[in-house]
Amino acid sequence: MVEYINTGSNDTRSGFGEGLMELGKKNPRVVALCADLTGSLKMDAFARKYPGRFIQVGIAEANMMGIAAGLTIGGKIPFTGTFANFSTGRVYDQIRQSIAYSNKNVKICASHAGLTLGEDGATHQTLEDIGLMRMLPNMTVISPCDFNQTRAATMAIAEYTGPVYLRFGRPKWPNFTSVDEEFVIGKAIVLNPGDDVSIFATGHMVWNALQACKILEGQGIGAEVINIHTIKPLDEAAVMASIRKTRCAVSAEEHMQNGGLGDSIAQLLARAFPAPLEMVAVNDHFGESGKPEELLKKFGLDVPDIVQAALKTMKRKSPSGH
Amino acid sequence: MYSIKDLEKISSQVRRDILRMVHDAASGHVGGALGSADFLVALYFDILQPDPAAFLMDGRDEDLFFLSNGHLSAGWYSVLARYGYFDIGELSTFRKLGSRLQGHPATDTGLPGIRMSSGSLGQGLSVAIGAALAKKMNADHRLVWCLMGDGELEEGQNWEALMFAAAHKVDNLIAVVDYNGKQIDGPVDTVISLGDLNAKFEAFGWMVFSMDGNNMAEVTDTLKKVQWYTSQEQPIVILMTTRMGSGVDFMTDNHEWHGVPPNDAQLARALAQVEETLGDY
Repeated sequence: MVEYINTGSNDTRSGFGEGLMELGKKNPRVVALCADLTGSLKMDAFARKYPGRFIQVGIAEANMMGIAAGLTIGGKIPFTGTFANFSTGRVYDQIRQSIAYSNKNVKICASHAGLTLGEDGATHQTLEDIGLMRMLPNMTVISPCDFNQTRAATMAIAEYTGPVYLRFGRPKWPNFTSVDEEFVIGKAIVLNPGDDVSIFATGHMVWNALQACKILEGQGIGAEVINIHTIKPLDEAAVMASIRKTRCAVSAEEHMQNGGLGDSIAQLLARAFPAPLEMVAVNDHFGESGKPEELLKKFGLDVPDIVQAALKTMKRKSPSGH
Repeated sequence: MYSIKDLEKISSQVRRDILRMVHDAASGHVGGALGSADFLVALYFDILQPDPAAFLMDGRDEDLFFLSNGHLSAGWYSVLARYGYFDIGELSTFRKLGSRLQGHPATDTGLPGIRMSSGSLGQGLSVAIGAALAKKMNADHRLVWCLMGDGELEEGQNWEALMFAAAHKVDNLIAVVDYNGKQIDGPVDTVISLGDLNAKFEAFGWMVFSMDGNNMAEVTDTLKKVQWYTSQEQPIVILMTTRMGSGVDFMTDNHEWHGVPPNDAQLARALAQVEETLGDY
C-alpha cells in the first residue's frame, strides 16, 4: 500500500485561512466577507492585512450572500465565510436566486461542517449541506481532505469562474497530502490502487479510508482509495475506471446518506454500471454533542465501519462479473 | 433631453405594453408594474441614460439599477426595450416558452440590461449594496439604484441590509420603495403594518426622501435632487408613494390587480384609457 504520513495534524479551516492569505497577495480581485466568525474561519489574518478588501457583515448571513453576489458585478471575487450550516440551509434561497441562478462568481466557504464540529451539537453540525449545494445548477461543490488540500483548493477556486461551495472543518486532522500538489477541480485522486474494492471518500473521511485500507491489506484485500475532493462535478471517468476493475464500492463522508457523495455515486452506478455500494454516512439522523472521535464512532463513520462496509460490499459482488 | 411631456408619453406606451404583455401571456403582474412605470421611465430616460449597446455585466463606470421586486418585470422589460436594449417585438414573448423575458427577471437568458435574477423577495437591496461596495473599491464614482416593494419590506433580509448600509456608510446607494400600500392579500396595513416607515428608516441611519411616484415632474425633480445628497456617509431612500394599477381606473388602488391578467374585455377597457404614443409592439 502507498504510505501516507501525517506531517502534523492541522485543521482544514486553517488551510482555508492560509489559502486566503495567499490569494490576498496574488489576486487583487479577491474580497472576503465574514458573518462574525472571523477567528473561527481563520480569516483574521486576511482582515488585518487587507482591511480594504474585508467586509464584516455581522450576524446576517442572508445579507452577506446578497452582498457577495453584488460584489461580483464590479468584478470582485467574493469569498464568504461562516459555518457550513449558516452557509447553506440558513441562506438557501439567497444562494439559489442571487448566486446560483444568477451564476455569480461567489465562493461560499464553509467551516465546521459535519459531526466533527463536536460539542456544539446538532444545531451547528450540518449533515445536509453537500446535498443542498449539489442540487443547485451552476454550483460546484468541493470538499478537500486535509490542511494542504484545503489551502490548495482555496487558491484554485479563485481561478475558476462560477459559484463554488467549499466545505471544510473544525478539528485538527492528519495532514498528509503533498504541500505542492496542484488542485484540479473535478479531478479525483487515486491515493492507493487496488483490485478488490473501491473506497470513494471525501473530506475528513479520506484519512479514515486510508486507515481502513491498511487494515484490509492485512487481510489480503486490495482496496482502491479515491479522494473525491470535488463532489460536483463528479469525476465520473475516475469512478467508472475503478468500479469496472473492483465491481463493488464503499462511499465515506461526514454527511447524511441522503444527498451526499454516496448518493451521487449511486446515481452514476445505477445508470452506468450497477454494482453494490455501501454508504458510510449518517443515516437520517441529527448529530449530537460529543468529542469528534466519539461522534464518528457513534454514527458509524469510524475506521472499522469503513472496513466492515468494504467486506460487506465485496460479498455482494455479482459472482459472474458484471 | 426629454421634457416632462415626452416622459409621460413614454410612460403611457409602457403602460400599454404592460397591459398587452400580461394579457397576451395570460399571466403576470399588472398592478405594481403600472404603478411604478413613471419612475422607471424617468430613471432610465432622464437619469441613468445608459448606453444599451455597451451593456456589460460588470457595469464599471455606469450607474446601476437593480429591481428587487422582480414581479414588476413586465414594466422593466418594456422600459428596457423602449430605451433600446432589445427590439420591442420581443416583448410579445413575455412569459412564453423559450423567451428571454422570463416571468421574473433572469440573467441566464442573456437579456441585456439585467444583472441579477429577482423575484424571491427581499434580496435586491443586499445585492445593490454589494455592487455599491464594489464601486467604492474600484474608485468608480457612479451610483447604484434599487427599487423594492413596500410589502417586500416584511422580509427580514431587508433589515439586515438597512443596518449594514448605514454601519458601512454606503453613501453611493439610492433605494426607492414603491410605497403603494398594497400586497397580494390586501392593504399592507392589514396584512402586517409597516408602522412609521419614515421613522424606521431614519432610526436605521438612512436619509429619507419622499415623492409622488405618479407625478412625472416631481419624480424627475426628486431623482435629480437626491443625487446631491450622496457621498455624505449615509445611504438614501426615497419613499415613493404610488397608486397600484395607476393609469387604468378600475385597476387603481386595487390589490386584486397585483397578479391577475386582464381578460379581453378588461384589456379593451384598459387600453381605451391609455394612449398609444410610440406605437404598440
